[in-house]
Amino acid sequence: MKAAIFIPCLTEHMYPDSGLSMVKVLRHAGIEIDYVHGQTCCGQPAFNAGYRDEIVPIAERFIKLFRGKDYVVAPSGSCTAMVRVFYRELDIAPALRDDLDDLCGRIFEFCEFMVDVAKVDSLGGRFPHKVTYHDSCHLARELGVRAQPRKLISDIEDIDFVEMKDSDACCGFGGMFSAKFGQLSTEMVARKCENIVDSGAEYVIGADAGCLMNIGGYLRKNNLAPGTMHITDLLAKSLDL
Amino acid sequence: MDKTPKKIKKYVRQALADMAVRTAVANAAETSVTSRDKIAEGIPYWELVRQKVRSIKKDVLEHLDEYLIEFESNCQANGIEVHWARDGAAAREIVGKIARDCGASMVVKSKSLTTEEIGLNDYLSENGVEPIETDLGECIVQLLGQIPSHLVAPALHLSRQDIGRVFEDKLGVEYTEDPAELTEIARVHLRRKFLSARMGISGANFGIASSGCICVVENECNARLSVSLPKVHVAVMGIEKLIPDMAALPYFLKLLPASATGQKASSYVNIIGSSGRAGSGEGPSEVHVVLLDNGRSRILGDAQLRETLMCMRCGACLNVCPVYRQIGGHAYGWVYMGPIGSALIPQYLGEDEGRYAPSLSSLCCACREICPMEINIPRHLLKLRNNVVRAKKSGFFERMAMKLWAFAAARPLVYRFVTWFPGKFQMLLPGKRAFPAPGYMGRRAIGRFDSKGFAKRFRRMERKND
Repeated sequence: MKAAIFIPCLTEHMYPDSGLSMVKVLRHAGIEIDYVHGQTCCGQPAFNAGYRDEIVPIAERFIKLFRGKDYVVAPSGSCTAMVRVFYRELDIAPALRDDLDDLCGRIFEFCEFMVDVAKVDSLGGRFPHKVTYHDSCHLARELGVRAQPRKLISDIEDIDFVEMKDSDACCGFGGMFSAKFGQLSTEMVARKCENIVDSGAEYVIGADAGCLMNIGGYLRKNNLAPGTMHITDLLAKSLDL
Repeated sequence: MDKTPKKIKKYVRQALADMAVRTAVANAAETSVTSRDKIAEGIPYWELVRQKVRSIKKDVLEHLDEYLIEFESNCQANGIEVHWARDGAAAREIVGKIARDCGASMVVKSKSLTTEEIGLNDYLSENGVEPIETDLGECIVQLLGQIPSHLVAPALHLSRQDIGRVFEDKLGVEYTEDPAELTEIARVHLRRKFLSARMGISGANFGIASSGCICVVENECNARLSVSLPKVHVAVMGIEKLIPDMAALPYFLKLLPASATGQKASSYVNIIGSSGRAGSGEGPSEVHVVLLDNGRSRILGDAQLRETLMCMRCGACLNVCPVYRQIGGHAYGWVYMGPIGSALIPQYLGEDEGRYAPSLSSLCCACREICPMEINIPRHLLKLRNNVVRAKKSGFFERMAMKLWAFAAARPLVYRFVTWFPGKFQMLLPGKRAFPAPGYMGRRAIGRFDSKGFAKRFRRMERKND
């Protein structure tokens, strides 16, 4: 099985290790990696801010770039949802519409790919720590992926997985929202972090770099104990990759 | 009303500074969601009812012209007078004229968002007719000179201590914070008004086309008194409120109270299908229904946004919204608030006045999940944001930044060049300081830019593996 990887902006520029972890874990699961050069952004920041016409070239480029790949895997529910759900809202060139339909059926977020497509059973890693999981909004509610990351986490040996209160409550990131309504967004992440701390977990695991950056940025600045970890990093670490 | 959604950013700041209101809103909203969930989980056929109600409403909106005519003629056959109002001004004049004709100097009102939408109370006051809100929550916010902060619970943002002080101050009673005593004070105050009002005004939760009736759902009996004690009853109803027939009603009555207040059923369901029986001396001698368009037919013309007309105003999306839970309803600057309010504001008030409303959401989609009508609110907010951009109402700098960014993101070399900067710039910052990004300079920090980026690191890893 071969998977082309899509590396979202935040992973590319801020958390490249999570991208590398994804590569290592996929390979560990016996999946061949195909890295398409020249990839940029899926266009979500501008789309969410209302700039649709502006991102049509970005979307069309994305569709062409990943045309003909068996699978496209991204370590982000948000970017996957952008392509799978929201590209259809754009005025894509008619010649590319079939390619888009095709792509929508082949692009997966990392966790859903591992569990639903690659049907990876236990990877066999070990991580003797207490962790909790934050459901990112697009992953849980646009893609309906809630059980898959939990399965990947719980399958790790010696891990103590606890649910936090309101695990699927928004962390307040929302891309441009966090800049436009900075104070409000900070209050939202403060509430999220309260629940994380209350869970008693040493690490909060997430599947989207955006949420993790926001949550981590608050935890660190307020000297709160829990660390943040992308699920790809957790798996790589548990497997000593 | 002196509030405007143009000042949303200011209102949000003010709301965040008011800890008492924030606590009250967050607690009340959370309690509502918990009881709503309990009811919804207890109804095994909840999803089926949802589908049913959605298909009924979809059909109504697709054939609204026919249903409206049917509703009008059946109302007339029942002796109910039907008035058509193109906009708020027309509706206000109609109601004002009815009040004048019956010589009312005071009217009792049951809770109606539609009358808030058209600013009816201010109009009536300016024309010598005193409007008295009779829903307890609505009565409290009226005494305070505020507008409701929630679609269903107008005084959700107030504590019982606040209410005690309002009553002490405005009604001249002794201060109490005992809920039973507070209710009794309101009851005594309002009972006198019910008995002396010549005219009652209500909204309508549903208009039943095939039988020419309106339905008003409530918990306090104030609506029943408002529509039955005065000699004249006027109902102001948005044209989208129609349902085809009585057989459809029970489905809606299943979803509405559960979603709104976490109740299995509302305490009172009033169905008004005629004026008072001749000779009995009971009930109003005149019943009027004012059918309000006020932009609804324009919304109906948009194949996507039309879905927002399905809203029953249950307020479930507010209760579950992490943004609403922080700021409450007043921060939205208009009578509709929360996720659905963010979608309604620019549609009713235009892209200029409503330019910030669709942005006041992190698009977390919790609203869509809880909405009994399954209105895809986040999708509509995205489209409305696009409308704001198309109308050139987004800020100049934002527009330029987005255009430049989009230009770069479609060209890998330019993109690499542009994204190379923040990392380098960050290296010039003292210590391990994060990039000074807007929104991240207070109690949280933005992530650090990596010096190399994934592409480079991946290539290096591959070389090592080879």
